[in-house]
Amino acid sequence: MVQINGESKDAANKNLYQYLVDEGFDISRVVVELNLEIIPAEDLKNITIKDNDSIEVLRFVGGG
Amino acid sequence: MENIISKEELDRAFDARFPSEVAEILRSSKVAIAGLGGLGSNIAVMLVRSGIGHLKLIDFDVVDVTNLNRQMYSIKHLGKPKTEALLEILKGINPYITYETVQIKVTPDNVEELFKDFPIVCEAFDKPDQKAMLVREVLTRCPLATVVSGNGMAGYADTNSIITKRQMSRFYVCGDGNTDVGNGIGLMAPRVAVCAGHQANKVIQLLLNKLNT
Repeated sequence: MVQINGESKDAANKNLYQYLVDEGFDISRVVVELNLEIIPAEDLKNITIKDNDSIEVLRFVGGG
Repeated sequence: MENIISKEELDRAFDARFPSEVAEILRSSKVAIAGLGGLGSNIAVMLVRSGIGHLKLIDFDVVDVTNLNRQMYSIKHLGKPKTEALLEILKGINPYITYETVQIKVTPDNVEELFKDFPIVCEAFDKPDQKAMLVREVLTRCPLATVVSGNGMAGYADTNSIITKRQMSRFYVCGDGNTDVGNGIGLMAPRVAVCAGHQANKVIQLLLNKLNT
């Protein structure tokens, strides 16, 4: 299983970019941390989620 | 007019109930603020009042009439670059701080140059893709920087929903995480100022954590 924002998900072996898109995230508005490391936007498509990975996704909203 | 008060007098006016190390640490600290709108202009004023010694202020835009509902600017600032208008306001509070202003649009290409010397960066943009870009780029290109961000402060719901959270190791997020200008909800001064207060307070806390280690 994979920890995504603190919840266990069955996401191992999926492409990280595609997984986030499928989960409804707008990729231009998120910051993604994989195992405590920030992932540059251009790298998301090259990453395959592995079992026991820990992923944090922060979604930004507008206003400031 | 501002120089009627000397640097020494202003320094002495710092609340003496804090130990002297507090003022010393804050005076020797450097903070960058990216975006000088509702969040950034409020954060800057609070940090200047708190005695931060060096502020870098970054925004590409000019003051518009639609800013007056929540940003620190006045009618006399309309049409001026925000960097210039805010500098005038801040110097009226403390002229002896080191100020750097940069009128530029932040892009992935200039992030490293703009922020590499700053241990703390306040993200204070308004557009969500710009917010995410800044946080991603600073955290990946500036390995020593901690980012304090604002996320979700629209409308007039209970301000208790605005919180500060450690999101990632070098990344703190203040806001309700949810209210989105993109959903047709507007911004008002109180919640924007509350969120800015959370950000400014986290900055001060991060700087003063040195005292406890």
